[in-house]
Amino acid sequence: MTEAGKDVATYLARRARWSPFEIAFWVLAFATIWLFPGKYLILTETAILGLFALSLDLILGYAGIISLGHAAFFGLAGYTAGLLAKYELINEPVLALLVSGLAAAALGFVTSFLVLRGSDLTRLMVTLGVALMLGELANRFSNFTGGADGLQGVSIAPIFGVFRFDMFGHNGYVYCLVILFICFLIARRMVYSPFGLSLRSLKGNPLRASAIGIPVNRRLIAIYTVSGGFAGIAGALLTQTTAFCSLDVFSFERSADLLLVLIIGGTGYLYGGLIGAVIYKFLQDWIASLTPQYWQFWIGFALVVIVLIGRERVEGWSAAARASIYRLGKGLGARSAPDGAAPKGH
Amino acid sequence: MPILQTIGLEKRFGGILATNDVSLSIEKGARHALIGPNGAGKTTVINLLTGVLRPTAGKVILAGSDITALRPHQRVRLGMARTFQINQLFLDLTPLETIGLAVSERLGHGSDWWRLVGSRSEVTEEIAEIIERFRLTDIMHQRTAVLPYGKQRLLEIALAFACRPQVLLLDEPAAGVPDAERQELLATIGELPADVTVLLIEHDMDLVFSFADRISVLVNGGLLLDGTPDEVARDPRVKAVYLGEELDG
Repeated sequence: MTEAGKDVATYLARRARWSPFEIAFWVLAFATIWLFPGKYLILTETAILGLFALSLDLILGYAGIISLGHAAFFGLAGYTAGLLAKYELINEPVLALLVSGLAAAALGFVTSFLVLRGSDLTRLMVTLGVALMLGELANRFSNFTGGADGLQGVSIAPIFGVFRFDMFGHNGYVYCLVILFICFLIARRMVYSPFGLSLRSLKGNPLRASAIGIPVNRRLIAIYTVSGGFAGIAGALLTQTTAFCSLDVFSFERSADLLLVLIIGGTGYLYGGLIGAVIYKFLQDWIASLTPQYWQFWIGFALVVIVLIGRERVEGWSAAARASIYRLGKGLGARSAPDGAAPKGH
Repeated sequence: MPILQTIGLEKRFGGILATNDVSLSIEKGARHALIGPNGAGKTTVINLLTGVLRPTAGKVILAGSDITALRPHQRVRLGMARTFQINQLFLDLTPLETIGLAVSERLGHGSDWWRLVGSRSEVTEEIAEIIERFRLTDIMHQRTAVLPYGKQRLLEIALAFACRPQVLLLDEPAAGVPDAERQELLATIGELPADVTVLLIEHDMDLVFSFADRISVLVNGGLLLDGTPDEVARDPRVKAVYLGEELDG
């Protein structure tokens, strides 16, 4: 290999290297298992929301597809997991999780053709419409889904036949965290691959992307399918950890809150959804304890502030923080700044 | 056999005939320029060649096969790449990522979602070669958005070149480049490998006459003349067209 070739390989490999920030993030995430034993309920919700937001980031942050109906995938897989368990079709939770995720991915594949064309506005409406239709279908076939009463009588078997979902939610949380981490690893791998790079290119400039031979539509279909699958896994996790599923898995609020979570955390860098979920759930929990009835006022307030300050700046702060941690960790010379560490100026 | 050929190419937009019976024939390895005054329909011809537009009539033939019905990305795979008059770059990516993207795509790794970009030596070697050829080494890891215009212009060509085209269409490559960066750009264009056929669409007559070995003149959507630089320079009709334009302008 030539010198220049090695140089290029080094630089490209550096993009995908785990930064100290990332390692710290995940160490902390797993440490919560021991740090907050009384908080498993909210931690589980946060992990599920984080995975759900991560799935939206894949299409919004990387491929530029905006959606107001991501709950369609969440809900479909939620009910799938519930029905699989209730009718004892698949008892083992991990297998049921996979099947539910695949069902949501299949829905993603089918509906991807609806979002290929059109502006952001048409995409918002189409995705919203799909979620509304599915929600209403679940309502209509209440003999199956339990309708407005929700899906009753679901009992989830132990994971791998060994780990039961205990009443404190310990195993449930560990399960969600592990699944979140695995999905994150897959997503991370994906965004640093040629496929992920091509997504970013077609988000930035679809005209040029097709002018260098990238089949734009096929890539959009692929990522929409994957994103649907991830959202579905999140939905199935909710059903499995609560042993319950109700119509609100399809609700408009769920899709809209998700967009909010992702915008709070920042789009297009994978951690946005996770950080957004932590902030959102923390705010919700903290503010609700102060003013139980009016907590959404403060969520709304925080949202307005964040959008006015500019979410690029929020990303910039975290990037600057990451860069300084990196420098502390490395203390190397001129070349040590990680790619993308420079705040995106405006 | 010509590498790129059009036969009776025609494009109508409603009642307007933007391209009128254009039959071009470009030899392999040629440095062919397509010139013409503003509004002559040069951009329409480019769009017809690359598949952005479908012709109303006529054919486009690349290396002997009819590509008239193919979509833009399919034509790229068969060996035709273009640059744009106004930069069409990926502003959030670095030159390294940009070229890596195109090379990965061409070598068929574009839908590989598991291996990292740059983990294949065939890819990195080629990226390095292209980065060097287009004098982008110093700035290869900076975001494209912050690069000087001349470097962006070089990247614009490098990106098309990374598709390893048999035919490279350069749409006004020097447009808007400040004098200080112009020499570097022209030198790079001059050093393109001889086996790559270049079709240059250009306004700048200095560049055309110093670079091209064959010139086609387009006027009002139709082909006025096709010849060597000397023939074109001597032709009174060409003078009339350009003088007319200069007097008007």
